[in-house]
Amino acid sequence: MSTVCASCLNILVFVTLQQRDPMLKRDGFEDILEERRNSSDLKYALRCYAPVLYKGVTPCKANMLKNIVLQSDQLRYVINQVSQESGEAPDIIQEEASVILEEMAHRLQISTVRFFAFALSKAFKTLFQHVCVNEEGIQRLQQAIQEHPVVLLPSHRSYMDFLLMSYILYTYDLALPVIAAGMDFMGMKFVGEMLRMSGAFFIRRSFGGDKLYWAVFSEYVKTMLRNGFAPIEFFLEGTRSRTCKSLTPKLGLLNIVIEPFFKGEVFDVNLVPISISYERILEESLYARELLGVPKPKESTSGLLKARRILSEDYGSIHVYFGQPVSVRSLAQGKVNRSTYNLFPRHIPRKPMEETQSFVNDTAYRIVRLQEDNMVLKPWVLMASLLLQNLEGMELSVLTEQTVWLRGLALSYAAFLDWPDHAPTAKVVSSSLALHRGLACVSGGRVSLVVGEPLGPVTPEEALFNRAVSVLSCASYRNQVLHVFLRPAMLAVAMHTAASSKKNEVYNCFSFLWDMFSNDFILCPGDTVQDFEEACYLLVKTGAVQMPQQDIVMTDIGQPTLSFFNGLLEPFLQGYQMLLPTLRSEHSVLCVFTGNLRCYEVLSSDMQKNALAALLRMDAVRKVKV
Amino acid sequence: GLFHLSIVVLCPPLTSDSISTVLAAATITMKLTSTVCFPRQEIMKWNGWGYSDSKFLFNKKGQAEFTGKRYRLSGMVLPSLQDWFENTFGASVNHKSPPALNASAVPPASLNEAFVEDLKATGIPFSHEAEDRVFRAHGHCLHEIFALREGKKFERVPDMVVWPNCHSDVVKIVELACKHNVCLIPYGGGTSVTSALECPPEETRCIVSLDTSQMNRILWIDEKNLVAHVEAGIIGQDLERLLNESGYCTGHEPDSMEFSSLGGWVATRASGMKKNVYGNIEDLVIHIKVVTPRGVIEKSCQGPRMSTGPDIHHFILGSEGTLGVVTEVTMKIRPIPEYQKYGSVVFPNFEAGVACLREVAKQRCAPASIRLMDNEQFQFGHALKPQVSSIFTNFVEGLKKFYITKFKGFDPHQLVVATLLFEGDRERVLQHEKQVYDIAATFGGLAAGEDNGQRGYILTFVIAYLRDLGMDYYVVAESFETSVPWDRVLDLCRNVKERINRECKERGVQFQPLTSCRVTQTYDAGACVYFYFAFNYRGLADPVHTYERVEHAAREEILANGGSLSHHHGVGKLRKEWMKESISSLGVGMLQSVKDYVDPDNIFGNRNLL
Repeated sequence: MSTVCASCLNILVFVTLQQRDPMLKRDGFEDILEERRNSSDLKYALRCYAPVLYKGVTPCKANMLKNIVLQSDQLRYVINQVSQESGEAPDIIQEEASVILEEMAHRLQISTVRFFAFALSKAFKTLFQHVCVNEEGIQRLQQAIQEHPVVLLPSHRSYMDFLLMSYILYTYDLALPVIAAGMDFMGMKFVGEMLRMSGAFFIRRSFGGDKLYWAVFSEYVKTMLRNGFAPIEFFLEGTRSRTCKSLTPKLGLLNIVIEPFFKGEVFDVNLVPISISYERILEESLYARELLGVPKPKESTSGLLKARRILSEDYGSIHVYFGQPVSVRSLAQGKVNRSTYNLFPRHIPRKPMEETQSFVNDTAYRIVRLQEDNMVLKPWVLMASLLLQNLEGMELSVLTEQTVWLRGLALSYAAFLDWPDHAPTAKVVSSSLALHRGLACVSGGRVSLVVGEPLGPVTPEEALFNRAVSVLSCASYRNQVLHVFLRPAMLAVAMHTAASSKKNEVYNCFSFLWDMFSNDFILCPGDTVQDFEEACYLLVKTGAVQMPQQDIVMTDIGQPTLSFFNGLLEPFLQGYQMLLPTLRSEHSVLCVFTGNLRCYEVLSSDMQKNALAALLRMDAVRKVKV
Repeated sequence: GLFHLSIVVLCPPLTSDSISTVLAAATITMKLTSTVCFPRQEIMKWNGWGYSDSKFLFNKKGQAEFTGKRYRLSGMVLPSLQDWFENTFGASVNHKSPPALNASAVPPASLNEAFVEDLKATGIPFSHEAEDRVFRAHGHCLHEIFALREGKKFERVPDMVVWPNCHSDVVKIVELACKHNVCLIPYGGGTSVTSALECPPEETRCIVSLDTSQMNRILWIDEKNLVAHVEAGIIGQDLERLLNESGYCTGHEPDSMEFSSLGGWVATRASGMKKNVYGNIEDLVIHIKVVTPRGVIEKSCQGPRMSTGPDIHHFILGSEGTLGVVTEVTMKIRPIPEYQKYGSVVFPNFEAGVACLREVAKQRCAPASIRLMDNEQFQFGHALKPQVSSIFTNFVEGLKKFYITKFKGFDPHQLVVATLLFEGDRERVLQHEKQVYDIAATFGGLAAGEDNGQRGYILTFVIAYLRDLGMDYYVVAESFETSVPWDRVLDLCRNVKERINRECKERGVQFQPLTSCRVTQTYDAGACVYFYFAFNYRGLADPVHTYERVEHAAREEILANGGSLSHHHGVGKLRKEWMKESISSLGVGMLQSVKDYVDPDNIFGNRNLL
């Protein structure tokens, strides 16, 4: 592992990040595939694996773990409760609990891990150019694992994520995590069991009021955490983000892993945000189709085998960034009074208190933002942002020129940009286009989006569908940069809409947008003012805006920046605008079709869902039972 | 004993020249001149713990020894202590930090002349000698002793010391104090570890330390009801010795009993190690007489229990000298037990030990005392092993160690020891003993002999003396305690230790601190946990401040983990800030209103508790 991805060592400007988190510094990366290409995969899969565990605990056999859970006071309490409520004998409920646990529990086996280590080495080398990992992050993690129970919180963009995570931890001789996985995987008979044996445990997608299920599930996770048997890994976003925007975090599992700290059962819990950035996502066009309403293919082994097709393609690089471990204890300092847990038996399940709930919510947002901060962006992400503002196509030279300009802007806003060193811009642009030839093509010096080639004659609807697929696929790259530009972009839009340069009026607009978009983007609850300040700071810093006294005005050179930002958010604004009148008529497709609207993104079920949630939240619409 | 745990051999202090005997001698001299200083400081250290003649030191060979003649350990060499000391703290016997030679500079006394005149007329002895005043200006908190050693000036010390001889003397003093608006601070044994004896710096009135040491008589013993009426200034060991002469005991044995007083126990809600048989101080008192600015509080009878509204004793118990002076106490006594037997059990780890103590409490079969020391204290016990004279003993010990660690698979870095004390008639003690050892066996406990148990109980005295040794070599140390429900004992111990380690690191302590704990009392619903904490302070600009911040953090950790603010040390001024959190602001208001009624002019102005 000698080659350092030199480009990642760029000294970046992270003023804003430092504002938010003065500890944040970015590490360099090393390519773990480098060694795989030069030595035996078999040896690698069979090598000695002896990770250091939490305070030197001895690993716990899966069966012993199940026993601890079934014998726990927590579970026994709920079993008795359920038994009293249902009139069933406790033995029967106990048996039910045992079945649930059987269905849920992982059966981590080193031999399976070794199998994956071998198979994935082969697959990764075919699929990817590099798999880059920040080794300093690995060292921090290794330290953290020994000191406190660790929760790994990777971003979730692909099915690949958790195999990749375990692969990396195995590579660095770190303790293998146990991973919360959705039950849908269980459908894939053989693969489901393989995943189970590589550390996955399965939870039902929804178990609403099932007290027993919840008790088994939370006690299972807490037992592993309290004893430090293995790092717990789960996806805060709950599911793979089909849009490549981070999703609003789900709090259930986070609540579970934080509670042992509040109850004093562990001294601290370390949350480790992990950012996994794919240069090209395996599921790219699948996602676009899903967003357009083509049902998600059911996970099946045969489906996975068909996916072998993808093995013949080049998916560029993966960057995995292990962030600074976040101590729950430090975060909670002064926010949650732990002694409020003193007057209630700790084994009786209880709804978290308001204070705790809001702490967990804040923590979840904070972690997702940390994931965002360390997402590595490729030049193509900038190009996609530009192309989407020019759907009719762009001159290659213009695209190149604007990409260079945008790169400067992104860097000054602390984007974690992986821009190849010493390569002429034209080369960077052309190689990006080459990698993403499925999405954009150059013809006659113009760059335009590729529309899926029709098989036989197409109806106009099919053509529209194909067009939308290509726009949404492209948007999933633009979305990756949104977290960098979001706040200044909302300010730009606010300045545009406010039709006044008074700071407070601009703020009012900003605040409205902030509120409206808080389902679509990661905006930490209560941070409106702070985000506004940050946006002002950034726009002033890059010279796009001046703030004399109580005013906010565009500077002479501010036009390109502000108009880019307006363009960046336009699809969202248009989408929301559109959805309001069409909620009743469901005519959005028609509108686009008839040329009334050029915004394809409104067809995305994700946007529709978020917009509806926003409108409901803002009391613009009301749910009525019919 | 099966296994020599090597806990230090100390015998109880000699009884022939106990403190009050010396003080009584002083009383005679006192009659010659009215301003004699009562020379506690002649037999006790003025800047450290305990008797002046008893201390640890490293001799010229670098070996530790314990001086004096009072304890069986006195004059003995402790060969392992140096290694333990140097390895545990990263300290070196070559790096000395001896105390400054001069006593602290003392702020001049500001006397209330009218009060002094009236006091003279009563004939009650008093003094305003600097030594007397400084000696009563502090307890035994680390910062107090450290300041004395460093020759640092106390901001405020009592302006005079007064020695009442009986209840009516106290009544006179309190009346005069009210008349002349003088601040009174009662002083018993001076063993406070809560800054309770510290004079509030903002106090502008004349501060008078009311030393109760002359009120040290047993006034009567009632064998029909098994109670004794005792003056509150009596020191614990004297009370036991005098009662023993009549065939009785109180059974109240707090670890400080060599030096602490009956009045102090009442004022702080003290707890004795044998409370399982005899009860804590609140269970032992039948009647209390207290002199307050409003007059004397006492009950009209000695009924063993009453339903007459909230028990007024509970306003006095734990009042920490804020309401008045406890002058006389009627206390339960018991015949001296026919038979006493020590015992000890080794457990593979702390978890097993705690589980065993919990089970013993559940079955309500706790011996008079049962204590569980953690591994750090077990190791410390080893370090205090006196020089072994016989090769044979060494050999046998080696075998025992081999048996426990190799054969039974106990990890010497994990194993812990519980010490036991049984009391009663012989047959029942033996029966009881079997019951407890049987329970212990179910938790993997191995009986480890009587001697080890007995030695274990003396560890406390040693630790108190050892702090002075530590301070001679850049090591500061302190202890603190709490009470906590059973299910949280382990979590609390682990988290508090970890918090201390972490805080030390963050505050620039260069060496790994020593953190150790033991479970010292068991109750139906929980336990009392005692922590020891020490670190090498070389390289720190203000070790006392660092120490205080760490202790503060540790207390916050205790509270966050379901522990109480204090089990028996009290609140004083050290832990006042947490009172509202602990007993609610309404609770503080209730106490305040009692204070306002009983002492509207804040004559008892030590400002403890509230």
